[in-house]
Amino acid sequence: MEAWQQLRRNFRELWQSFRGNRMGVIGLGLVISALIVAILAPWLTPYSPQQVMRDENGRGLTFAPPAVHPPLGTDDGGHDVWAQLVFGARISLTVGFLAGFIAMFVGSFLGILAGYFGGWLDNLLMRITDVLLVIPDLPLMLVLVATIRQMQLKISPITVLILVIGLLYWTSTARLVRSQVLSIKERQFVARARAIGAGHAHIIRKHILPQVMPLIVANTVLILSTAILIESGLAFLGLGDPTKPSWGTMLNFAFDRNAISNGAWWFYLPPGLAIVWVSLGCVLLGNVLEEMLNPRLSGHHLEGEAHIIKPGEQQ
Amino acid sequence: MSESTPLLSVRHLSTFFELSGNVKAYALEDVSFDVYPYQTLGLVGESGCGKSTTLMSILRLLPPNAHISGQVLFKGVDLLALSEEEMRAYRWKEIALIFQSAMNALNPVMRVDEQILEAILLHRLLPREQAWQRVQELLDLVGIAPQRGRQYPFQFSGGMRQRAMIAMALACSPSLLFADEPTTALDVMIQAQVLELLKNIQKRLGLAIVLVTHDLGVVAELCDQVVVLYGGKVAEYGSVDAIYNSPQHPYTQKLLEAFPDLHRPTASLASIPGTPPRLTDLPSGCRFEPRCFARLERCRHEPPALREVGEKHYAACHLLEEKENLLE
Repeated sequence: MEAWQQLRRNFRELWQSFRGNRMGVIGLGLVISALIVAILAPWLTPYSPQQVMRDENGRGLTFAPPAVHPPLGTDDGGHDVWAQLVFGARISLTVGFLAGFIAMFVGSFLGILAGYFGGWLDNLLMRITDVLLVIPDLPLMLVLVATIRQMQLKISPITVLILVIGLLYWTSTARLVRSQVLSIKERQFVARARAIGAGHAHIIRKHILPQVMPLIVANTVLILSTAILIESGLAFLGLGDPTKPSWGTMLNFAFDRNAISNGAWWFYLPPGLAIVWVSLGCVLLGNVLEEMLNPRLSGHHLEGEAHIIKPGEQQ
Repeated sequence: MSESTPLLSVRHLSTFFELSGNVKAYALEDVSFDVYPYQTLGLVGESGCGKSTTLMSILRLLPPNAHISGQVLFKGVDLLALSEEEMRAYRWKEIALIFQSAMNALNPVMRVDEQILEAILLHRLLPREQAWQRVQELLDLVGIAPQRGRQYPFQFSGGMRQRAMIAMALACSPSLLFADEPTTALDVMIQAQVLELLKNIQKRLGLAIVLVTHDLGVVAELCDQVVVLYGGKVAEYGSVDAIYNSPQHPYTQKLLEAFPDLHRPTASLASIPGTPPRLTDLPSGCRFEPRCFARLERCRHEPPALREVGEKHYAACHLLEEKENLLE
């Protein structure tokens, strides 16, 4: 109960300072609106993405502009673009969020291990991180996804995407968390925790994790946008699930089926803008959160207006 | 346990740090002393002479490049022979530590009472409800209103933090308390308060205290026994009376001279020229030899052994031997 109230109070304080930042509020709005669209997808359109639209004569409506078939026209197969877009949001966001969370867990876990225990473990983990940082992400993931696909395992293509992105994209988080842990573990209250007889697990849980948590949260939001972008990239290159089109898959279809030479802008612009919408939202939100929660990025102590407390004024 | 058997016997405690490039820093060598219940032992000496290292070696809280040898008998158990897991049960429950700067030793984002509670729950001494009860009692004992325990360390004054630190040290009812310069960062009034509190608590709970300080006034007021460390070795060890009234080691003599006397003010403060030896490059003879005003030829090559110079009073100096020889 106590802890819950504390959490609520912390949250309220955070919200107070967050509300004052316009960029952050815009970012949060962008992300939440995309989430709402993804959740409410079946109620936002009467059609399914696979349904073929027909005119009064029963002929398929191919490349119908928005004026003919509102709100966003149809693609080359007569499928409703708006329906594809809202259902695609589900796929894109699912892959992005799950991959982002996997990356966060792996990165934080390895970062804390490396930073806290140091020694050969730190060396090993950081060399692996170096190697992963040096290899270009997209080609590596491309090759991995393609190879796993070839192996004909009974895993859905979406799961493959989530795992590959999640398990390769933890490096920056790991580095960030490690450096923070390195500085925290030298603080004297960690020495005190050892002196009261605490073991490693207790120290990490009670003294280290609470202090790196803000950093992890902010970083996760940034990782989300990257995960969504990478998913779109891989899907655009044909590695998505064609039966469950994401925004990237839509772009792939549009490109393959000459939407551009047909002038069907309503086919390729909406998914592109949707990707920009979400990743912009994540980046804005992430940067603001990082600024708020990462003491190293807060300004100089002489910056801004001095706040003088008048006698009798409550702080 | 009777008062005549030591609670803690440190025997031949030596600690060295392995530095990069195969360099070894000898922080402690052959340190021995006894601590009795209800008594306070003072560890004095200049900065870098191994006072805090002694405490940390006993608690085995040094970084992994430290190598500790010797014997630390606590209630008859050699702490240095225990496994890390067994050692953890001794920390705080038997031997608690008051840190030098309470601000840094308290977690800034945890409430003070929760930090006191942490130790009790960690050792599973009491169920949660009773542990809270105990935290309130402890805060009361050190003169902090229990409501203020709900605050964070930065909302405390320096003296309150140190008192909270003492409450924390008492949380598991230890039988031995290490105080690592508990009054260094405090002003004189608060120093007096904290020392008074420590004395009070010792009388009430029968604690043994090991006090690390370089304030000889504090030692005279609080301690029963004194160990004077120089360059990681015991220079002199004896009762407060013996050390203050008839210091035998030149270093102790100089140290006491360097302490200003209100009744005999001098124009300039006395000091000992030179600096303590570098631990990676120790003199081969007596460690104090380069700074000693009474050095002999043999001091340069031959390290002096600890000699008994009185009732439970020991000093390590060649001069004492020479004096004895002369008398014979």
